[in-house]
Amino acid sequence: MQVVKAVTCPVCGSLCDDIELTVENGQIVKVKNGCAMCEAKFLGHRGEHRILKPLIRKNGELVETTLEEAVKRAAEILAGANYPVLYGWSSTSCEATSVGIELAEEVGGVIDNTAVVCHGPSLLSVQDVGISSCTLGQIRHRADLIIYWGCDPWSAHPRHIERYTAFSEGRFEKSAWRNYVAKIKALVGRKKIQSTVKRLVLKKPPEIKARLEPTFIPSIMKEGRKLIVIDVRRTKTAEMADFFVQVEPNKDYELLQAFRALIRDQELEVDSVAGVPVQYLEEVADAMVNCDFGALFFGLGLTMSGAKLRNIDAALSLVRDLNMRTKFIIMPMRGHFNVTGANTVFTWQTGYPYAVDFSLGYPRYNPGETSVVDVLLRGESDAALIVASDPVSNFPRKAAEHLVKNPLIYIGPHMDVTAQVADVVIPSALVGVEASGTAYRMDHVPIPLKKVVDPPKGVLPDEEILTRILAEVRKIKSEKAEAA
Amino acid sequence: MGEKPKLKVTLLTGRTIEQGVGKELGKATKEYAESVSICYMDPEDMKKLGVKDGTNIQVSTAFGSVVVKAKKSLRAPHPSVIYIPYGPWANAIVNPETHGIGMPSFKGVPATVEPAPDKPVLGLEELLKQQFRKG
Ligand code: SF4
Repeated sequence: MQVVKAVTCPVCGSLCDDIELTVENGQIVKVKNGCAMCEAKFLGHRGEHRILKPLIRKNGELVETTLEEAVKRAAEILAGANYPVLYGWSSTSCEATSVGIELAEEVGGVIDNTAVVCHGPSLLSVQDVGISSCTLGQIRHRADLIIYWGCDPWSAHPRHIERYTAFSEGRFEKSAWRNYVAKIKALVGRKKIQSTVKRLVLKKPPEIKARLEPTFIPSIMKEGRKLIVIDVRRTKTAEMADFFVQVEPNKDYELLQAFRALIRDQELEVDSVAGVPVQYLEEVADAMVNCDFGALFFGLGLTMSGAKLRNIDAALSLVRDLNMRTKFIIMPMRGHFNVTGANTVFTWQTGYPYAVDFSLGYPRYNPGETSVVDVLLRGESDAALIVASDPVSNFPRKAAEHLVKNPLIYIGPHMDVTAQVADVVIPSALVGVEASGTAYRMDHVPIPLKKVVDPPKGVLPDEEILTRILAEVRKIKSEKAEAA
Repeated sequence: MGEKPKLKVTLLTGRTIEQGVGKELGKATKEYAESVSICYMDPEDMKKLGVKDGTNIQVSTAFGSVVVKAKKSLRAPHPSVIYIPYGPWANAIVNPETHGIGMPSFKGVPATVEPAPDKPVLGLEELLKQQFRKG
């Protein structure tokens, strides 16, 4: 039995690096400090859904083959394609992504990472407006106001609040955890009394609370760290918040602009914006202006709905405005553990963070044209290589349809939806569990990933597989050139 | 029987912790399918539609239609807003248009919901067969 300390969790963009694993006979048997997703990943590393052998589609069926054969077939498909897409990259190491970009350049394809369907719009806005940022460590120690807008860390980044924001114990700011526990106790007590009263006196089903009533009595002017949540649903995170603002779907843009007006001390000549009474908004605006160090985290609730990138423009501008009055930063909540790394490596090598087209021999970038969903919707690509991602499951059906129509190569550890419909499947080692590498946390801090156990026999890391495919593609191309 | 009740709603998709755990366990697992072939609804909306927790419902948008299980939302009230966790079921009906920026509309899609107690919720394999005729 061996205990490995300070392991980085390769699941979400929080990249918690304090995980402790117990390894027995080459298997991880115990996970300490991790959240539910982290446990599922580490304990499930030898799950029944791992792919152990390369597969190739013959007569409509996926059949086992050798690694050499699979690599060769993959290289033939890519070398023979006119306009292949190479997609994924957010759940693998920076090193693998780097080889992937070389491969894209070699075959003249479009390379894109999953940011395109999560924070792509945020990247576009950052290019336009700029961003005021810092590390998560600074937030942990100094931020006295935390806002989560259009994101639900309790569900998607379970330890974010505890490690970096409201419930973390910083040097200058204390954890608000105790307050929260007290509040929950009070709420449970109040609910009990309410239901007893209702049962005994009213004998009718309790009425649904008015839509905008905050979960708790607003204690926004309290001492210490404050947590504000703005969302279309009262998420689990919203329940923890000191103040919750429920915005109507697709109306975030209006709300952001309203805040911008309020923090400039302008009066709003309406009663409510996006379904929220102005009185609530003033309360939040006051808290924003009066904090010493504010942090606004935003999620896909802003990038995927309504005005999309314009929402982010407004959010970035709001934070820029706030910096005239106090210190404020803004940060996107990145989902996959290395999506930030993918953006970074793409930018180093091509100049652009995602949606890069090499078909003319040099990198071109024009999201909406060279982004993978658009290429697929227009039906232009004629082959695809997917690495560590599951687009057939994650893309809108119409985009996935085109992906499936053409030769499809899948490199990844699990029998995902994409693997089930692929033509060549190459199993890979889990980065951060069975292979080492580098990943970037959501605040752009690079963190090493450890190799804790050996991968299944014969299974290689993504980087190695891609290097072999690249070599094979180069061989095919030079043979062709010689023959010509 | 009178006319079937139908409800106009806004469809949201997103993560849930069950979906997060399911995807780490493996997409072919029962846990995963069960965590994403459901639709969280406001209890008041469920009453209007006459569906119970676990009744099959059909959700349709301009882009497709899919049968999922209705679930009482713990995050209510959110009248006229339904929530399906990310996955092949949700993606069968979201708006693929990217409006020139590469990002499809996964959230805030207009939809209608109707009870479909006689229609089955497809398993992952059947859903894929129906959609892609491969695999
Ligand atoms: S919060 Fe994210 S990085 Fe941290 S343990 Fe959970 S899944 Fe892993």
